[in-house]
Amino acid sequence: MPPYKEGLKRKIDQKAKVPTSKTESEEKDNWPEKDEELIQSVLDGDNDDVTDSEHEEAGESASDNEQDGVLFNDSADSTLGEDVSADSASDESSELTDSEDDDTEESEEGDDDERRDNDSTETESVDSGAESGASGVGQSNNESDKVTQPTKGKHKKQKVKQIKEQAAKSSIDALADKIKETSVTIKPVEQKDEYEEGDSSDEEDRVVTTGEVPTWWYRDYPHLGYDLDGRRIMKPPQRDQIDQFLQKCSDPEFWRTVRDPRTGQDVVLSAADLRLLQRLRASMLPDAAHDDYQPWVEWFSREVLATPLRAFPEPKSSFLPSRSEQQQISKIVHALKMGWTKTRRELAKERRKKKEKKFYNLWGSTTNEDEEKLRGIHKHIPAPKRPLPTHAESYNPPPEYLLDEKEMKEWNALSETPWRRKYTFLPTAHGSLRAVPAYERFVRERFLRCLDLYLAPRALRMRLTINAEDLVPKLPSPRELRPFPTSEALVMRGHTGLVRCVDFDPSGQYAISGGDDGTVRVWETSTGRCVQSAAAGAAVASVAWGPARGLALAAAAAGARLLLLAPGGRVGAARAAAATDRLLAAAPPAHDVAMDERTAACVRWEEVSAEDWQRGVRVLVSHFKPVAHVCWHGRGDYVAATVRDATRGVLVHQLSRRRSQLPFARCRGLVQCTLFHPTKPLLFVATQRAVRVYDLVKQELVRKLQPGAQWISAMAIHPAGDNLLVASYDRKCMWFDLQLSPQPYQTLRLHGKAVRSVTFHPRYPLFASAGDDPYIVVSHGMVYNDLLQNPLLVPLKQLAGGAARDGLCVLQLRFHPTQPWLLAACADGTLRLYT
Amino acid sequence: MVSKKKKKYSSGEGAQFMTRKAALKKLQLTLKDFRRICILKGIYPREPRNRKRAQKGAGGIKTLYHTKDIKFLLHEPIIWKLRELKVYQQRIRRARAMKKYGQMKKYFRDYPDMNIDHIVKERYPTFVDALRDLDDCLTLCFLFSTFPSLRRVPRDQSLLCRRLTVEFMHAVIAAKALRYVFVSVKGYYYQAEFEGQTITWIVPHHFAFQPQSKDDVDFKIMSTFVEFYITMLGFVNFKLYHSLNLVYPPKLTSGFSSKSDKDLIDERAYVSERIAAMNIPLVKLSGVGETEEVPEIDIFNTEDDPQKLEEAKLEAEKIKKLKTLFDGIKFYINREVPREPLVFLIRCFGGQVSWDRDHFVGATFDESDESIAYQIVDRPSMEKQYLSRYYVQPQWVFDSVNARTLLPINKYLMGAVLPPHLSPFVDKTKDQVYIPPEQRALNDPEFKPLDDDDDDGEIEEASDEDEADQSDKESEIDAEEALAKQYQEEVKQDSSSDEDEEDDTNSEKKKLAKEKKKAMAVTSGVPHKEHPYLKEIEDKQAFRLREKLVRKKHRNLYKSMKAGQEKRKKEIWLLRKKRRLHDEKVKEEKKTEKRKQKMQALEAACS
Repeated sequence: MPPYKEGLKRKIDQKAKVPTSKTESEEKDNWPEKDEELIQSVLDGDNDDVTDSEHEEAGESASDNEQDGVLFNDSADSTLGEDVSADSASDESSELTDSEDDDTEESEEGDDDERRDNDSTETESVDSGAESGASGVGQSNNESDKVTQPTKGKHKKQKVKQIKEQAAKSSIDALADKIKETSVTIKPVEQKDEYEEGDSSDEEDRVVTTGEVPTWWYRDYPHLGYDLDGRRIMKPPQRDQIDQFLQKCSDPEFWRTVRDPRTGQDVVLSAADLRLLQRLRASMLPDAAHDDYQPWVEWFSREVLATPLRAFPEPKSSFLPSRSEQQQISKIVHALKMGWTKTRRELAKERRKKKEKKFYNLWGSTTNEDEEKLRGIHKHIPAPKRPLPTHAESYNPPPEYLLDEKEMKEWNALSETPWRRKYTFLPTAHGSLRAVPAYERFVRERFLRCLDLYLAPRALRMRLTINAEDLVPKLPSPRELRPFPTSEALVMRGHTGLVRCVDFDPSGQYAISGGDDGTVRVWETSTGRCVQSAAAGAAVASVAWGPARGLALAAAAAGARLLLLAPGGRVGAARAAAATDRLLAAAPPAHDVAMDERTAACVRWEEVSAEDWQRGVRVLVSHFKPVAHVCWHGRGDYVAATVRDATRGVLVHQLSRRRSQLPFARCRGLVQCTLFHPTKPLLFVATQRAVRVYDLVKQELVRKLQPGAQWISAMAIHPAGDNLLVASYDRKCMWFDLQLSPQPYQTLRLHGKAVRSVTFHPRYPLFASAGDDPYIVVSHGMVYNDLLQNPLLVPLKQLAGGAARDGLCVLQLRFHPTQPWLLAACADGTLRLYT
Repeated sequence: MVSKKKKKYSSGEGAQFMTRKAALKKLQLTLKDFRRICILKGIYPREPRNRKRAQKGAGGIKTLYHTKDIKFLLHEPIIWKLRELKVYQQRIRRARAMKKYGQMKKYFRDYPDMNIDHIVKERYPTFVDALRDLDDCLTLCFLFSTFPSLRRVPRDQSLLCRRLTVEFMHAVIAAKALRYVFVSVKGYYYQAEFEGQTITWIVPHHFAFQPQSKDDVDFKIMSTFVEFYITMLGFVNFKLYHSLNLVYPPKLTSGFSSKSDKDLIDERAYVSERIAAMNIPLVKLSGVGETEEVPEIDIFNTEDDPQKLEEAKLEAEKIKKLKTLFDGIKFYINREVPREPLVFLIRCFGGQVSWDRDHFVGATFDESDESIAYQIVDRPSMEKQYLSRYYVQPQWVFDSVNARTLLPINKYLMGAVLPPHLSPFVDKTKDQVYIPPEQRALNDPEFKPLDDDDDDGEIEEASDEDEADQSDKESEIDAEEALAKQYQEEVKQDSSSDEDEEDDTNSEKKKLAKEKKKAMAVTSGVPHKEHPYLKEIEDKQAFRLREKLVRKKHRNLYKSMKAGQEKRKKEIWLLRKKRRLHDEKVKEEKKTEKRKQKMQALEAACS
């Protein structure tokens, strides 16, 4: 189609659409409404336009999307459309120029032509020549373009102006009418042809007639394909870089010009295209007119419409039962009948039944073999049962189980630590059974029991079935072991300080005592009268009556001096006293008295002054240090004195020869006391920890006893000489059987405090111990002649000693030589006799 | 050859024990699964003799399991089941995550259940073993039967618990095996005897379930226990019914089928159903004689202890009597009384029982029935009373059962202040147990209860003893002094006449001396009479001395035993004292009341 024709046609169209365009100009950018109007107008005009316009857009969008693709097999139609649009665009541009200079329309058009000659003269010719059918389409496209191009307000105004001018120019109109008539005469035929082919609008814009052929088939050829008549359709001329550049420089529309790979032609994108592209790039819906959020109209709802949407009658098949379904159903029914399948309900029932626990006789047929086969827990310890409830747990307990105020206070005080409470529950009395509430800790208690069952470590513990009394050794009753001192008979008062020491004379008629008041007193045992009192000059640490029958002599350790006292004629047998005096009056010859230097340095036998003699002192031995303990040898000739010294602790004085010895070159430890064996020439020396036994004849250590005490306080030897009793400050008495081991045969813990004195009875199987606690314990200590029989020790009686003073109570004990009497030197300045 | 060095802890106690962590590793289980399997299999940690060695030298206190126990678990088939369950749970979780809810529902529907029957058999090879261990099982099942639907507890568990506990109670009724009952603040203790095994269980009071905090109670653990206990109790029930010639499962009312979920909501309805079910005798297997044979006790001459045998015989007789305690007696329970324990008891001992037909289901006869012997009421008074029956409080039933005879009802009549309800489980054979005066009165009919006015001597004496005990503890001297004082008093008391005699004798002595001079004669000697108090003192002292000779090895043990004795003594003393004070107070109140009444009467008379 020649360009002028196009231009004319456009004008005509414009004329036809004057009113609409006016409205357009008024409304400017109000798109959707305009579109509607456009559609209306198109409907008014002809149907082609509508389809065209729609399609064009679609086609453009498609091309836009697929610009990168080389082949456009699938969208051949749309590309055709695009081609058309390209045409129209070019037309538009021309038109624009047209409108600018109205007067020179023709020339302009000619210009247009010329301009186009540069690129598409050949196609134009082809078009105009061959495509008569396509031209119609192109026109319609143009029309639509015309309509859908309201972007620029300026253009519109110009158009309006144009129209006015056109109206004025009737001559041109007349010409145009003529042309229109001719074109109209052609058009209907072509259009008809197109619609007769098919109703689809896809094929409308078929412009390229080369067929559905890939372009690369013609890559190396100058033509694109063939038209209906078999003539070649030539490719548009290819431009090189320079041409491109020149074009770029010259053509103001270059930026919107794209090449159609299908036809090889340049296409100038229209404003609509550009807008479309913009929308797509902004990822908006391509169609601006489309409302995404339209209210939904429920056409096909359950509501029965008065006028149905589909007005055709129900098909007959819908009234007839389906044959195949019937077959299927009968199959299922048969299967159900035969029990091959089950209904859902039956299945559920079965499942439920299966889940139900089934119980049977689990212990029905047990044989021993089965039991043996069963594995069990290794050394199973069954869980202990919970203790059964006591009266306190009753809902109506006896009144004594209810907590009183004090207990309630205690109960409340332990609310932080409830496990320390006496009960886990609060004993409460409920008047009636219906008033008993639920126990709120019940669940918790059961839970704790569960925890115990699986979490508490279990162990087998032997339960003691013995009574506490069974642990106490079975001993004969004290009643069977009489006689022994049972009660206090006499209290002898006279000493003003502590009574440190006490001793009976061999006959038992008199007792001698010494104390911290520095006196030595002699008492009559039977009456408790103080017979004689002599000042010793210093605190008396120890007294001991000489064992020799013929002599009446007692040794007393007063400070550093050892006094040998003769109680005198008033005490005891006068003959014995006289004999003693006679014996001690004259000193033995000097050669006998010779002592070695070491001993002489320690001891000095002093002359007894007349005054002292009068007082009863017969012999006076002064030591280098205070004497702690004195003891006689059984014969009465020797006196062993213990001095608190590390090396020269033991001194033995011989009376008959008035000389002294230091038996040990050195002592091991601080000597506490010494003791002569009653029959054998043995000397027992107790240091702090050990007792050593020395043979005096052989002058060697015989054995060492280890009492296991921290500090020995006193010793006593059994009159038979085979057993030794050792007392210690750490509250123990140790009984040694000297024929057995050096360890004690028995350790007696009879006292609560330090033991200061132990003693044996010379006749009866009795011994006694006393110390800082207020009790004297008298015990039975039977030694059998049979060597296989162990000594029997039975504590018999606790006797109350004197009052305690300075933490001391009883300082020394002595048994009466013949009677079961006990004399205690007490710290309160008394002597107490127990019978 | 160099012998290989023995590794430490590869033998002995170090190899015997395994920490829990090691056990988990060995079994390839999670802690949760391990816990479950331990509960099901009854595996428990052990206390080693030497913890240090058992823990292979590690410090602290660890949970130690016996290695053999863990090896025993290793062969357990349910370990595999647990692993499969784990996979199954993963499947469910996945379905949920993928939002395939239909699939998930199907998985839940087909959730595989674990069969633990063999474990019951394994843990309790004989029926008697199972009975021996039934205490916890029953208590927990009774508790669970009251539970509503809980999050961590499968719903069918509590339903099954309901069924099984009721079945068990029926078995007890049918076997007449109940021996003792005790109403405590925690619940009802029942003790039954099956095959020589005593089974004690607790049934909580109503509304036992209270929401528990998560730290307090883990229902998952309890539920696992119940899972095992249900199985065990089911088999025990079966065996019991089997041995009683009863049909198992018994046809109970519809409330116990798992279908009806409505009783989950309405506990009351369930309870009344349960009670109603208890009132219906069970169906016996056909062709079995009704009369039950009670085996006579065989007498073996070889028995060493004839006294024991006698006791056993007596006990058997008592039990025989107990079984027919309520035979043929009709009871009617008023509606305010908690019915369940009473119906259970009365049915157990052969009585007939009914209740208000309008309020609860399952009543068998009406209140107007003239043959009702006892109506059990728990209210102070009633308007309409029948002359033909006694109105007693429920405690009468409990106390009668424990006393194994129908107690006189005068103390239990309607509105009376009840005597204390005593526990029948206190071991009377043990020494150092406080026996309340009520029980003493029951034990020997000569004992007079302390309430009576003329019986003060007993208390005094007891208190005297107690005082002596007390002071004894405080100080030995005091004790002696006290005793000596008492002795002196006594001597004074009983020898006030003696002194006169003595005076007489003194004068007589002179005469006698004169007479002696005149005529030498031998008079009969008077034996030395030791006073019991003095003797006691002496013995006590001697014993105290002998105590000191307890061997060093036993000294601590002895001390602790003594301390325990002292403690118990003190408790008893305290209870006695409280009782005495209480009784005195009550007496005083009574007196004032009487005086008041007298005064009022006097005033009335005057005016």
